[in-house]
Amino acid sequence: MSIDYNETIPNNVNLADDRRLLRALERWQPAYLKWWEDMGPVESDDLSVYLRTAISVEKDGWANYGHVRMPDYRWGIFLAPPEENRQIGFGVHKGEAAWQSVPGEYRSELRRLIVTQGDTEPASVEQQRRLGKTCPSLYDLRNLFQVNVEEGRHLWAMVYLLHAYFGRDGREEADMMLERHAGDIDRPRILQAFNEQTDDWLSFFMFTYFQDRDGKYQLASLAESGFDPLSRTCRFMLTEEAHHMFVGETGIMRIVQRTCEVMKEHDTDDVRKFGVIDLPTIQKWMNFHYSICLDLFGQERSTNAANYFSMGLKGRYQEGKIDDDHQLDGAVYNVPAFEDGKIVSLEVPAITASNERLREDYTKDSQRGVNRFNKVIRDHGIDFELTLPHEAFNRGIGAFVGVHATPEGKIIDEADWEKMKGEWLPTDADREFVLSLMVPVVQPGKMAGWIAAPRRGIHGQPLDYEYVKFH
Amino acid sequence: MIDFATHPDRYRHWTLRVDGPVAELILDVDEEGGLKPGYALKLNSYDLGVDIELYDAVQRLRFEHPEVGAVLVTSAMDRVFCAGANIAMLGQSSHVEKVNFCKFTNETRFGVEDASEYSGQRYISVIDGTAAGGGYELALATDYIMLVDDGSSAVSLPEVPLLAVLPGTGGLTRVVDKRRVRRDRADFFCTVTEGVRGKRALDWKLVDELVPRSKLRETATARAQEFAAGRPADAKGIALEPLKREFGEAELRYDTLAVTLDHENGAAEFTIRGPEGEVPVDVAAIHDAGVGFWPLALARDLDDAILHLRANEAELGTWVLRTEGDGETVAAYDALLETHAEDWLVHEITLFLKRTFKRLDVSSRSMIALIEPGSCFTGTLLELALAADRSYMLDGAFEESNQPPATVRMTSMNFGPLPMGNGLTRLETRLLDDSAALDALRDEIGEELEADQAEELGLVTFIPDDIDWEDEVRLAVEERRSFSPDSLTGMEASLRFAGPETMETKVFGRLTAWQNWIFQRPNAVGEEGALQLFGSGKQAAFDRKRV
Repeated sequence: MSIDYNETIPNNVNLADDRRLLRALERWQPAYLKWWEDMGPVESDDLSVYLRTAISVEKDGWANYGHVRMPDYRWGIFLAPPEENRQIGFGVHKGEAAWQSVPGEYRSELRRLIVTQGDTEPASVEQQRRLGKTCPSLYDLRNLFQVNVEEGRHLWAMVYLLHAYFGRDGREEADMMLERHAGDIDRPRILQAFNEQTDDWLSFFMFTYFQDRDGKYQLASLAESGFDPLSRTCRFMLTEEAHHMFVGETGIMRIVQRTCEVMKEHDTDDVRKFGVIDLPTIQKWMNFHYSICLDLFGQERSTNAANYFSMGLKGRYQEGKIDDDHQLDGAVYNVPAFEDGKIVSLEVPAITASNERLREDYTKDSQRGVNRFNKVIRDHGIDFELTLPHEAFNRGIGAFVGVHATPEGKIIDEADWEKMKGEWLPTDADREFVLSLMVPVVQPGKMAGWIAAPRRGIHGQPLDYEYVKFH
Repeated sequence: MIDFATHPDRYRHWTLRVDGPVAELILDVDEEGGLKPGYALKLNSYDLGVDIELYDAVQRLRFEHPEVGAVLVTSAMDRVFCAGANIAMLGQSSHVEKVNFCKFTNETRFGVEDASEYSGQRYISVIDGTAAGGGYELALATDYIMLVDDGSSAVSLPEVPLLAVLPGTGGLTRVVDKRRVRRDRADFFCTVTEGVRGKRALDWKLVDELVPRSKLRETATARAQEFAAGRPADAKGIALEPLKREFGEAELRYDTLAVTLDHENGAAEFTIRGPEGEVPVDVAAIHDAGVGFWPLALARDLDDAILHLRANEAELGTWVLRTEGDGETVAAYDALLETHAEDWLVHEITLFLKRTFKRLDVSSRSMIALIEPGSCFTGTLLELALAADRSYMLDGAFEESNQPPATVRMTSMNFGPLPMGNGLTRLETRLLDDSAALDALRDEIGEELEADQAEELGLVTFIPDDIDWEDEVRLAVEERRSFSPDSLTGMEASLRFAGPETMETKVFGRLTAWQNWIFQRPNAVGEEGALQLFGSGKQAAFDRKRV
């Protein structure tokens, strides 16, 4: 499964043999590059960035590092290797051979799934486009750009599916991916979390920790799809997503680490004056990002999710490892609901609850990293614990829309919410403070004062390596 | 009991705002506000209760706000205009409820179009988000559709692919007949779940204008101001005060009519009372009388009674229509309506009468008019007899009665202002293409016609005399009760609408009939039918035989 880099569009799908598709993608490519120029990282065209580029989809295929100008990055189409005789693992078609082409009856559902997923990829690049101007180090700047080019490639992956399998409608959707923009009032991105601002690095690390983790769970459930090309492309994307979450987790960890060091050094909680981000502020960012990410999973009870499952289009997380009939005949599942002013648990048909189930898997996974942050705090002998807020907190989709709850999950009235929300969510003053710390640091090996150095460099390079070269 | 009377103060799902010549109807459905328990009205989906409020608002705009020339229909919900009829509600509704619901929503949408066309109150849909199924059908009933061009807002009719039923609130008909969407494009549009958005929606004429979200409010307001021109700015509306009515076990009483509920014979016996007292002398007196002005009071009472019986008394399959009062006074009122037809209020009242008689035409009840001495089947009230499936007129007088023989009388109201859904008057439909017979009728306008003349002119069906009357009438009602109600409904609906097709006859005849058939079929409502399984995640299993 090596990648053909001789083509204008690197790929491992024998694009050369499909002239029609190749032509279609070659038409889209300039629009993509134009988008990157207009909406990608600002003033970055001349930077030479130490990026990894996949040369094959095998495990060791990543070991290709070198300095690249980002517009020259070889975006392409990579699918995980086909599994022989792969069968559909769930839903009414369970046990049938996986589809190599789109089943007519599910065409629009599949298209919608791919469009919704695809729309998030360029969105995050847009959200993060200004961060390069305030990087805390060259190491972080490089990581930002690595994440950005890979999100760009994820867009390519989805666009390939649209072009290859959905005809004219698919091509139109692919064009639309470049026309909607994060936070654009006239053409916003489809999902609200992808219209929020990511204009400071704490937000960036929270984003890569929480939003990209949502991405992981969405991709993992699409990797179960009976539509084999979707499954294969998502499996490969997951390998890239892992790095993004690594960036997020280590980023938050390093900020926490630095804050704790300063707290100990000066024996105080009041550390803003020393130019680091106090733990309660980190908690506020966490409250915000986690709660908007819970919205990304959709309604607790969802007809669409039920249809996607029974149609065999989108499975549960690690479907194969779940011990049941994979059809959910008569099975039930408990989902949270809000009734008569109280949070209750409702037993509903499990097939309608797959969003909720995926959200629960996500929450467990999110908690693991938070535990590691707390260990850093504990190791400094500091009595503070970062927590994930309650599922009813600050929600815009699902059972808790319009409900006001504390991060602990206590229901409060609107007046109390208005009074207290500044304690739980970033205020303008908080944002201003965090932004005030965002001063670029671009000497090799140097770190901004509010973040600790990483444990090691990239691909065996030293920390003072020139990860990004300014020409 | 389902009650059709409401008031903006009690709305749960709509907000009506009036600002000079522009009104705004904002849909913000209360999820928990369904008419019955068992379903949540999510995503601005609607049930009959939501539509009753819409109907009320449309009526009030016409009578209480004559200064309004444009009505913006908007949604308070983020990224959702309206998701159409609530599927869970349809799933748990009986066939009778579904059909009644669809009939009323269709009538309400035609009422919106009637306001746009004849009252100069033009409706504009402002779609920011998705307008799906009945949501788009609501927009289709408006005069002008604006769609946000944000790459995701879309209009759709997903009933066929999603639910295995039809967009049954006029959607299929309006797409091709009203908006002139080409039929092949319409075919595609009606099979694609997520619908059509942006440029294609405009190119295909599914919407009239694309607007960037940031300019939406501004553009909608500008459009409304343009459309609003031409209304009487200084007109003062009249308040639609609550109806005075009493509902008893065996009788419904209104100011202008009473209905006896004869459960034994499956009949509802209407007695409509003609006007009494002084006839207003001029327009000012009509306005002063307000809802007390007899033709308006009649329209309101009759409208409510029809809706009440349709929704709450399904087993009363025969409606017997009688009138009592002075034909001369009815004629005087008709003359008043004709003389002052240019006045906005008189115009509105005539339109309301038209719509109310249309409700009779599409009611799935056998209607028998009984024309007896002391009745006043004159002009406007003669329409009742003409709307009936049959009429019986007593030839002469009852023995031992000193009342003069029954008469009927035509006025100009029978020759234009009160057309049926097919665009013809009831007389034209009755004597289809027989211009000689219609001319003969015109010659008799204003004349008191006794039974033999009325029969000869084709105005009544049978004219039994005193000896036969009681038996004939009794048999007609009893016989009616012995037939299958379904076949009667089909037969009557087919016979009532002779003559040309219009969008209205197509919606009530063709579209609704197909929908009602599909609503009965296992592919939709069987255990494995799509409508039944919607939301369960289970896939429908279809009987693939084409019927």
